[in-house]
Amino acid sequence: MLAVLVRRLLNVVPTLVAVVALVFLLFSVLPGSFISGMNEDGRGMVDPAVMERMRKEMGLDDPLVERFVKYVGRTVVGDFGNSFRTREPVTKLIGARLWPSLKLVLASMLFAIVVGVPLGFVAALKPGSALDTASMVVAISGLSLPKFWLGLMLMYLFALQLKLLPSFGYGEGGLAHLTLPALALGVSPMALLARTTRAAVLDVLNADFVRTARSKGMSEARVVEWHVMRNALVLVLTTIGLQFGSLMGQAVVVEKLFSWPGLGSLLVDSVFQRDIPAVQGCILLIVVFFLAINTLVDLAYVAIDPRIRYG
Amino acid sequence: MRKFAIVAAVLTLFAGVADAQTPRKGGTIRMTAPYAASFGSLDPHATPRAQDDIVGKAIHRTLFNWDSAGGKLVPELALSVTASADGLTHTFKLRDDAFFHNGRKMTADDVIWSFTRIMDGTKGFAAARYVRVIKGAVDVEKGQAKEISGLRKIDDFTLEMTVTDIVDPAYYFFSGTTAILPKEEVEKGNFAANPVGLGPFKFKEHIPGSRVVAERWEKFYKPGKPYADRLVVQIMAEAAARDVAFRNKEIDTSILGPAQYVAYREDPALKGGILEVAEMFTRALTLNHAYKPFSDKRVRQAVNHAIDTDLIIKRLVKDKAYRATSWLPLSSPAYDKAMKPYAFDPEKAKKLLAEAGYPNGFEFELTTSPNESWGLPIVEAIIPMLARVGIKVKPKLVEVTVLTEIAQKGDHQAYIGSNLTGPDSLATLRCYYSKTPRTACNYTGFNNPAFDKLLDDAGKTADQAKRNDLLRQANALIHEEAPVWFFNYNKAVLAYQPWIHGLQANPTEITHQYVEDIWVDEKSPAK
Repeated sequence: MLAVLVRRLLNVVPTLVAVVALVFLLFSVLPGSFISGMNEDGRGMVDPAVMERMRKEMGLDDPLVERFVKYVGRTVVGDFGNSFRTREPVTKLIGARLWPSLKLVLASMLFAIVVGVPLGFVAALKPGSALDTASMVVAISGLSLPKFWLGLMLMYLFALQLKLLPSFGYGEGGLAHLTLPALALGVSPMALLARTTRAAVLDVLNADFVRTARSKGMSEARVVEWHVMRNALVLVLTTIGLQFGSLMGQAVVVEKLFSWPGLGSLLVDSVFQRDIPAVQGCILLIVVFFLAINTLVDLAYVAIDPRIRYG
Repeated sequence: MRKFAIVAAVLTLFAGVADAQTPRKGGTIRMTAPYAASFGSLDPHATPRAQDDIVGKAIHRTLFNWDSAGGKLVPELALSVTASADGLTHTFKLRDDAFFHNGRKMTADDVIWSFTRIMDGTKGFAAARYVRVIKGAVDVEKGQAKEISGLRKIDDFTLEMTVTDIVDPAYYFFSGTTAILPKEEVEKGNFAANPVGLGPFKFKEHIPGSRVVAERWEKFYKPGKPYADRLVVQIMAEAAARDVAFRNKEIDTSILGPAQYVAYREDPALKGGILEVAEMFTRALTLNHAYKPFSDKRVRQAVNHAIDTDLIIKRLVKDKAYRATSWLPLSSPAYDKAMKPYAFDPEKAKKLLAEAGYPNGFEFELTTSPNESWGLPIVEAIIPMLARVGIKVKPKLVEVTVLTEIAQKGDHQAYIGSNLTGPDSLATLRCYYSKTPRTACNYTGFNNPAFDKLLDDAGKTADQAKRNDLLRQANALIHEEAPVWFFNYNKAVLAYQPWIHGLQANPTEITHQYVEDIWVDEKSPAK
């Protein structure tokens, strides 16, 4: 297991380097800068000489290669630089947003797993039944609904009409404020998990070894418990891992809609204001989160199915 | 004329939204910050953003404030100001009853320290544009001096300020970015996370990306104020989410866009709670005079005649705007109420184009952002109107940040945008002064000696009435020269709940409320 972990971590390094380079290059070629944004609406009206000096201080005029080397050098030691916008260290900005984001993603994923996996499982055990059809309609709808629209509908229903939950905000970070954004974010992975679970379970149910087990007289409950669950779990786990990893990025829309104080809203504001250090920090963190989750999933594979080896 | 009468009536009706009821002590004011998903910084010197001033006006204080009811600037931390005969030296009498939230009394030293901090050239604080008017401030900015020579403390509550031009200092020191801060708190570091000010509410909590909470400051200098115990400013950048929250009575105020403006006006339950004001922003299609056809006045006038501006305001902007006549906004002291906007007259436009040597029209690239009130939807509407007179438009869509950069570089043939145009008419018109570079807002590259002279004369005149008269003439010249297509002055609309009182129709920015005057009655659902 340790060898697998080490190998996996070594694989992560080039991926991280590629992402760091890509994020850097993308924001270097993008038009507009934080300095020009300071004069939006004629509000800032910063003196041209000061603008010039700020550009220099922020390194915006340095050659691309020089900026890249500096950026990589800083990033390697965990220094994401100072935000152009707030002038505070980016790590501090991100630190303030990390827990709310994680909380939202965890709650969404919990909902997705608790609802999606059993839904797919039950549907697969009775293929073609009304239950199967109904669960798949739910799943496909869940996948198709845009998060923004779904979030608004949830607000409208649970806050405005039923008066059950607050429509927005963080409150004291409790369940009441978390529920609607978590649902808005969690419906799509829930739907995907339901479909994946159904497909995986159906696949295993039709496999030769299951037929053999049944022909040997093994009860259906034992077949499901011993063969189906274990084998289907690998695919389900992959989906969970991928979704979990990408939810941090997907949370942008939901966080903004619900005034949820996560990384997503920080990222959106930072992009619009060309606060490059903050953008780079947020994206890097989201990518690291994604890679970490995938590594954990890979390790879980090995635990579930010892036949799987990474070389 | 009728339109102006209506506007005046609306402004009078809502100015202050004062009512006869006795203000109630206690309760929570729940306002919204609608412009972004986060605050930039709670250090008022470090941010030029309107969003941040929503909180800034509650926690911090400046030398002057905008009095919405009176339509003018009034002393705030300054009690009175007297000018010398040459109009260049101002003696400020400061409040001796203003206490920072750490309990220390504000003195003249705090004003000097705050302005010196703003001029620290290494920081690039946006407020330097205001403080730069003080003699010697630029030397500090350039690192050639440590103190601003034009600021002199006479005693703890008297300050002498020498300025470089004849200006009314009130225009320069009412923006939230010029707030007076306590040195000892700023120097502790981490000030943006723990702001300490002189305002009616003291900072309690900031959940970045979600809200700021502030509590009543008991030693605020206005007796009996603030009325409310608590202020919550909730960040809500999505209009649809604000709509649900407002209808669900979770927030007390909300900014309305054009579509919501129509919906709220038609809803019997909501139409009673709408506050609107002509904000000091001029929306315009800026024509770059370096692009040959636009160097000819007749072409620029033709553009103004070719577009049915009233129709666009009515249909697309849903009447959430006032027709612009020239550059200065409705609430500007030098605004000429008798001035008529360009008439929609395509035939006249064609004639002017022919006279200018473009009988078959021409083509130009129009840079725009996606903004619903002054961006792409408006461009889509003017394309066929201009095509009718032979002018072909090629739209180019960019983000707002990029738009600003393009405008500053002069890297455009024309662009459509929103411009801050108040309340200082002289500073506003300087955007057309020939010596004003593009980087500092002369985005058209306007150059007219007659205009320059009017501005020079206005700048040398201490008599406000005479100065306004000169500025009115300069604004009329801009109307005649038509450096831009004059589109509209923003009508800002704030929806408010029936239990909130004392809101002000602030034309400098409607979201900037003086919260010490606001109170909530017992019907408020907030505890």
